[in-house]
Amino acid sequence: MGAEALVGTLTQIDPARQRAVVEALRQHLPAHALLFRAEETRPYECDGLSAYRALPMVVALPETEAQVVAVLKTCHAMGVPVVPRGAGTGLSGGALPNSAGVLLGMAKFNRLLSIDPLSRIARVQPGVRNAAISEAAAPHGLYYAPDPSSQIACSIGGNIAENSGGVHCLKYGLTVNNVLRVRGYTMAGEPITFGSEALDAAGYDLLTLIIGSEGMLAVTVEATVRLVPRPQTAQVIMASFDTVETAGQAVAEVIAAGLIPAGLEMMDQPATRAVEEFVHAGYDLDAAAILLCESDGTPEEVAEEMTRMKAVLSQAGATQLRVSANEEERSRFWAGRKAAFPAVGRISPDYYCMDGTIPRKRLGEILRFIAEMEKKYDLRCPNVFHAGDGNLHPLILFDANEPDQLQRTEAFAAEVLEKCVALGGTITGEHGVGIEKINQMCTQFGAAELAVFRAVKRAFDPQELLNPGKNIPSLHRCAEYGQMHVRSAAVAFADIPRF
Amino acid sequence: MTTSSAVQLLREKICAASATHTSLRIRGGGSKDFYGGTLRGELLDTRTLEGIVDYEPTELVMTARAGTLLTEIESTLAANQQCLAFEPPYFSAQATLGGCVAAGLSGPRRAANGLYYGSIRDFLLGCRVLDGRGDELSFGGQVMKNVAGYDVARLMAGSLGTLGVLTEISLKVLPLPVATCTLQFSMAQAEAIQQLNRWAGLPLPITASVWFEERLTLRLEGAHAAVQSAVQRLGGSQMDALVAREFWQATRNHTADFFQSEASLWRLSVPAATPPLRCPSIASAGTAGHNAGQWIEWGGAQRWCYSDAPAAQLHALAQSVGGHAIRFRGPTQHRDAVVGALDPVLARVHRDLKQRFDPAGIFNPGRMFSDF
Repeated sequence: MGAEALVGTLTQIDPARQRAVVEALRQHLPAHALLFRAEETRPYECDGLSAYRALPMVVALPETEAQVVAVLKTCHAMGVPVVPRGAGTGLSGGALPNSAGVLLGMAKFNRLLSIDPLSRIARVQPGVRNAAISEAAAPHGLYYAPDPSSQIACSIGGNIAENSGGVHCLKYGLTVNNVLRVRGYTMAGEPITFGSEALDAAGYDLLTLIIGSEGMLAVTVEATVRLVPRPQTAQVIMASFDTVETAGQAVAEVIAAGLIPAGLEMMDQPATRAVEEFVHAGYDLDAAAILLCESDGTPEEVAEEMTRMKAVLSQAGATQLRVSANEEERSRFWAGRKAAFPAVGRISPDYYCMDGTIPRKRLGEILRFIAEMEKKYDLRCPNVFHAGDGNLHPLILFDANEPDQLQRTEAFAAEVLEKCVALGGTITGEHGVGIEKINQMCTQFGAAELAVFRAVKRAFDPQELLNPGKNIPSLHRCAEYGQMHVRSAAVAFADIPRF
Repeated sequence: MTTSSAVQLLREKICAASATHTSLRIRGGGSKDFYGGTLRGELLDTRTLEGIVDYEPTELVMTARAGTLLTEIESTLAANQQCLAFEPPYFSAQATLGGCVAAGLSGPRRAANGLYYGSIRDFLLGCRVLDGRGDELSFGGQVMKNVAGYDVARLMAGSLGTLGVLTEISLKVLPLPVATCTLQFSMAQAEAIQQLNRWAGLPLPITASVWFEERLTLRLEGAHAAVQSAVQRLGGSQMDALVAREFWQATRNHTADFFQSEASLWRLSVPAATPPLRCPSIASAGTAGHNAGQWIEWGGAQRWCYSDAPAAQLHALAQSVGGHAIRFRGPTQHRDAVVGALDPVLARVHRDLKQRFDPAGIFNPGRMFSDF
């Protein structure tokens, strides 16, 4: 299925409608903040998932909150869809434009409003880059913990929309665990605040809904995030294994020993080989899989943890252990992991990144399944894996210029994601559903849950104008996809002991 | 009774109640019957949903049915050197997991530095819930990371049963800290609040704090080396390990002397660094003693006081510093819904969500909100 099949709203831009919307928005926004000629709107036609593209009817780039409200109220009154966009680094097409809608670019909201070192919070506008928060907090010995690998480019507004993770979330949590308060506007332009600068707020915990809502419930204009003390020191072990299964078992042994590493990542041999050529991280290329296992904290704490981690990994069958001797070497070991996607990009014209999660104990099974799919679809697939929290990033290599490779890739990915669900996991751990995985939502959820999601959407946006067509499939769409999740097993075998 | 028949029975009761618009009062062990507005409706007992469904220590996830006793959950975890990081209060040994999630209350470790930080909603990975139509819905799952659809599972934490009847819950669990030490300092309130916030900005393994009557009690937990070096750095006097254990249990379950009054106990949730607040105290004479003063936890973010001032005054006080107040416990004639007034947009969203989950308005009416 290609992009056209997926994006129901992909139509030609209606010039009369475009004129009317531009005219209406001009009452509130300066001319330079409104783009509508194809050559101006082209840079916005996709986000990080470039397989899906559409030209927006209009791009609005507000500079003030009053302008955001004006865009929302105008579009609300005219029934025009609005697609919010941060830095555009998302990997699931969450910011894919709507040809009949306005793309609301929040990039100009890039001010870091305040840092309060005593309260350990930062107030930021949504366009502030993830890494910029930690840079600004550094003089106070603090940082913002979630570190998606795109952190030098991605914005906090986008992180909130996607509930972004990173390589340290087993120990330090996801976006949802690190954002205290979000202030924004509904599609109707009404002000709304989620959470508070206290540790909880009155009423339902709506902050948990807005985080990860893929820009469908409200538009963020300000966020308060938690800052935490930067660990004094960190060390990482690179452990080699003969098989991916032993590596997977070693992860379980680390956890069983009561250790929570600051980062725990796995890469299989095809991935390390692709990376090594690119980054020269010093990976063991003979190993079937390597684990990167990090400890952070005070020097004494790290020394104590490293001793225990080394013992557990050796016991679990590591064929080689290398401990980073200094900060430079630690960065190099991580540089390989963080560069995995671009490295794979060098060995293949195109690649497709998956984001399923599974209970860790099913790792062997899913990797065997992926190996079968490589044969079935005749495509290679190196694997990188946030092993600590069961989040897989298999990277299918393909060439979009070959006639049917994209189709084969998408079918490959769909099978893997469905397998993740069957193994008790989920179709997306941190990249979001967006437009990319909207069909697999029909596998993950039943009709009743999807109806609840839709109701949640309508509680904030009754006309469904904010980022429509993403994340939550219609039941009609699921019926067409033919994958409506049947939950009979949950009832029929509910009494079998599974302790 | 098998689980499917227990769920089936609850479903039938819900459907019948929906059809006749009969209010249901959802109840596990009844350990938090004191909490929120006056209890109304027919009893719907969730203790038929019993037992741990799935627990593998190496997955750091436990799944259990809602009526399972918290004591069973925690003793099973402890046998594997694991714990619920957020230390939910029990209030009675009958407390169930479902009630714990529905009440959304967290204990002393909630504001911990580092790994143990977080409330029950931070550790809630997934749940099954019977809505007002009797449909059993499943949100979230048993994995640490899951961004498919809206995070409705976490929404259930603290919703006090108003959105549905929880049937099964999956939580992230953590290893028990290897080492622990409790320190005490003599300190005035303003200084303690400042100091706690400064310490929270340093890489110290502080996992709990209580300030009461000019004394700050601080718990350190973590690796041996981390606890030892923090003890040396912070000074203070070390509390006997057994006494300390009892102190934190008494804090967690409100069995400490401070919590024994019959007067209205208010919980103020405020930004941690908020300077000392003047709580309008008990007007009548002779109720000084343990009714006086404040009990401050979570590094300053949770403050308890007794007051018989009008509720609006306490709400206004907390709101003036960016927080909110709840009459947590009080004389029966003064039971308040947990949530005071919300702004109009939020109030509408709440009503719309409630309408979807519970169209007939049968679940725990008046307990969380005064108007539904």
